[in-house]
Amino acid sequence: MNGDTDLWTVVVIIGLTAVTVLTRGLFFISSKPWTLPHWAQRGLQYAPIAALAAVIVPEIVMTQGSVISTWQDARLFAAAAGAAWFFWRKGAGQAVLGTIVVGMAVYLPLHVGLGW
Amino acid sequence: MFLSRTTRHHPEFRQGALDSLTAAPGIAAWGLMMGVAMVKSGMSTVESLLMGVFVFAGSSQLAAIPLLVAGAPMWVILATGFCVNLRFVVFSAHLRPYVMHLPLRQRLLTGYLTTDLTYVLFTRRFPRHGGDAAERQAQQAYLAGNSGVNWIAWVGCSIIGVVLANFIPTHWGLGFAGILALVGILCSLASSHLRRVSAGVAGAAAVAAFALPFKLNILVAIAAAVALSLLIEAVSLRRGEQA
Repeated sequence: MNGDTDLWTVVVIIGLTAVTVLTRGLFFISSKPWTLPHWAQRGLQYAPIAALAAVIVPEIVMTQGSVISTWQDARLFAAAAGAAWFFWRKGAGQAVLGTIVVGMAVYLPLHVGLGW
Repeated sequence: MFLSRTTRHHPEFRQGALDSLTAAPGIAAWGLMMGVAMVKSGMSTVESLLMGVFVFAGSSQLAAIPLLVAGAPMWVILATGFCVNLRFVVFSAHLRPYVMHLPLRQRLLTGYLTTDLTYVLFTRRFPRHGGDAAERQAQQAYLAGNSGVNWIAWVGCSIIGVVLANFIPTHWGLGFAGILALVGILCSLASSHLRRVSAGVAGAAAVAAFALPFKLNILVAIAAAVALSLLIEAVSLRRGEQA
């Protein structure tokens, strides 16, 4: 066991849990009949892939708030190898699992071995 | 949703669990490193376990940890968590028609368990919300299997990370497996020209707007990508009518 547990911290954690429920269910709360306008419904079909790209891309090409200026970065090669595997397998079967395994097989030697 | 036998025995429950399982190693590695990060930042074991089990939102945990350790006011931490989570508000607008037939408590439980991964997998499997009772049952079953596996992978490995924090090397960068899982899912979604455009625009916008506080760059990126995709769709529809 590590350190003392602080009541204030526990209250903040409960608060953060409530924030998770509130944000993820914000549009589920009211049960009044209401639907999004048609254009917004159509637009939302592009939201899942946009959300993924927005989360992923900065994690691959940025370090501490700025775009990396070298190609010697393990993340670039790992992501490229993982994506290449996915498209080579045409997404069949466990292609996502393959993306993770192939990506990490490229990432670890470059990152841990060469320090990229 | 998990307690009902009909849900657990539905074939879609298995399908949902399977789809989550292929990405689970990435989510597990990510959860593991989150557990390690909480302990290494100076949180106590009990605090880290509570956060790892209940908060269930990686990006808001990452944003909250330094504030918590520095003793920032509670409202600042909660407001930060809210802003970092704003993309989930967009997801809840999208998912509303899928869940409104459920009672409020189940709707909120569904929302609580909806992560980036399960939202994307669910909308990939079911582009339209269920029209009749059988379709809705299938969607609930898929969602239960999908988010159940995802929850176990994330929370289970967060706990392991907290317990074994001093034995797991952080400089290996194992958490990158989580990003690779999302890369795989992204590839599986890139099935149409407009979707690839949407991904490209969102990725570029998220980098360009990175300096915004509270991870708002992600929200800006989604808005830009959706708006541009709608615009291109409208223009190409009009061209099609003329031709």
